[in-house]
Amino acid sequence: MKFTEEHEWLLAEDDVVTVGITSFAAEQLGDVVFVELPEVGTEVTKDDEAVVIESVKAASDILAPLDGEIVEVNEALTDNPSMVNEDPQGDAWFFKIKVSDMSPMDDYMDEAAYAKFIE
Amino acid sequence: MTEQKITPLKTLHRELGGRMVPFAGYDMPVQFAGIMAEHKATREAAGLFDVSHMGQVLLKGADWATLAAAFERLVPMDVLGLKDGRQRYGLLTSDDGGIRDDLMFARMGDDLFVVVNAACKDDDIAYMRSDLPDGIELTELTDRALIALQGPKAEAALAPLCPAVRDMSFMDVIAADLSVDADMVPVWISRSGYTGEDGFEMSVPADKAEAVARKLLAVEGVEPIGLGARDSLRLEAGLCLYGHDIDLGTSPVEAGLIWAIQKARRPGGAREGGFPGAENVLRDIADGAKIKRVGLKPEGRAPMREGVELFADPEGGEPLGAITSGGFGPTVGGPVAMGYVPLDKAVPGTNLYGELRGKRQPVTVTALPFVSPNFKR
Repeated sequence: MKFTEEHEWLLAEDDVVTVGITSFAAEQLGDVVFVELPEVGTEVTKDDEAVVIESVKAASDILAPLDGEIVEVNEALTDNPSMVNEDPQGDAWFFKIKVSDMSPMDDYMDEAAYAKFIE
Repeated sequence: MTEQKITPLKTLHRELGGRMVPFAGYDMPVQFAGIMAEHKATREAAGLFDVSHMGQVLLKGADWATLAAAFERLVPMDVLGLKDGRQRYGLLTSDDGGIRDDLMFARMGDDLFVVVNAACKDDDIAYMRSDLPDGIELTELTDRALIALQGPKAEAALAPLCPAVRDMSFMDVIAADLSVDADMVPVWISRSGYTGEDGFEMSVPADKAEAVARKLLAVEGVEPIGLGARDSLRLEAGLCLYGHDIDLGTSPVEAGLIWAIQKARRPGGAREGGFPGAENVLRDIADGAKIKRVGLKPEGRAPMREGVELFADPEGGEPLGAITSGGFGPTVGGPVAMGYVPLDKAVPGTNLYGELRGKRQPVTVTALPFVSPNFKR
């Protein structure tokens, strides 16, 4: 698993990367009440706004960590946004993105580096 | 960055795991267990809030009539008619009839105890000092904390410390002693608050505030509440937040606060006018305002927050108003908001559109409050 400075976690399987937010980010956001997911089939460029996430406190965006195509979204979050607080690094993944170039993954942090980053 | 001021409960907030944020110059807890859980705890049992950042002011005059007449020059409320031991909601109006601040004032004997907003208190106090006539003595009570205990179990939690609270009705005020372990703590208690629930606000000597808070938090069902849930609770209760829902640019009539202007100060009343901006406010009372503050219920789950523009149609046209505060209402179970719209769009049931991230989403004008109040009358 890799981590971004935007507090996303990325899990690569072949050419598909699953994207979610870290437990740290979920804790900082507070109670999540609304999630707006991208449409499957959307082509995204790195740093495009992919997801809108609203907590009781504020709205924030989740950015696409890589160039690629959205191939799957976690529809369960639409009806049950609180999953993001309950299981951010498990069931509450946001979307899967199919990428042609995996090399930017190497630039992201591993778990130890992320743990240090949020200290 | 300037140093944040602290309240007498700072140590306790940190011990309880409060997430601290700067607010109106103070280091304040925005949340403890989480906004949703704290909100529900207050509606279902009881919540304890530190509101010591608010300004507490004591006004004294030669006698009650002199003091009441002096304060009536600053607010469009019936002060003279206020009975001893009673509290009222008030507004400091500006010269053109806008709102400088909103406040609570209580008659204690022949004195007035006034609580003003944290962000406005320095300006309010300077203004009162300069505009109240000679002979009125103003003391800012910087050595007192303010603690709110709100929710259906507030009375049961407070009564063991002070049985007299059982006999208090909504907007009653008493001076009493709280029995805290071996100590008797002299406090002023009002049966009021900012949540739409029954409850109390207590002005407590700063050096006793932590002991009082600990004693109340030890009661089963009393939870510490941060500013986040304070905001969602007052929003569901349809209560204005100064600087957002009301400000120098809004009139009391536009804001739907005519109820706070008693008959004696209205057109034809015994002491009509005689406050800053009276001409404009009295005209608005007689003729009505062009815009009005309303409740707004966005469709779906997405919250609409302050600044979201409102439209009559799903596309085209100019914005006809905007949201002044909005968010997620945990008790309502969906997004709730307040904002200003033209009078002909202010009827409950009117369908409007709020523009969220470039897309217009349906919003319905809704009667306030969103949650029925639970006061002890």
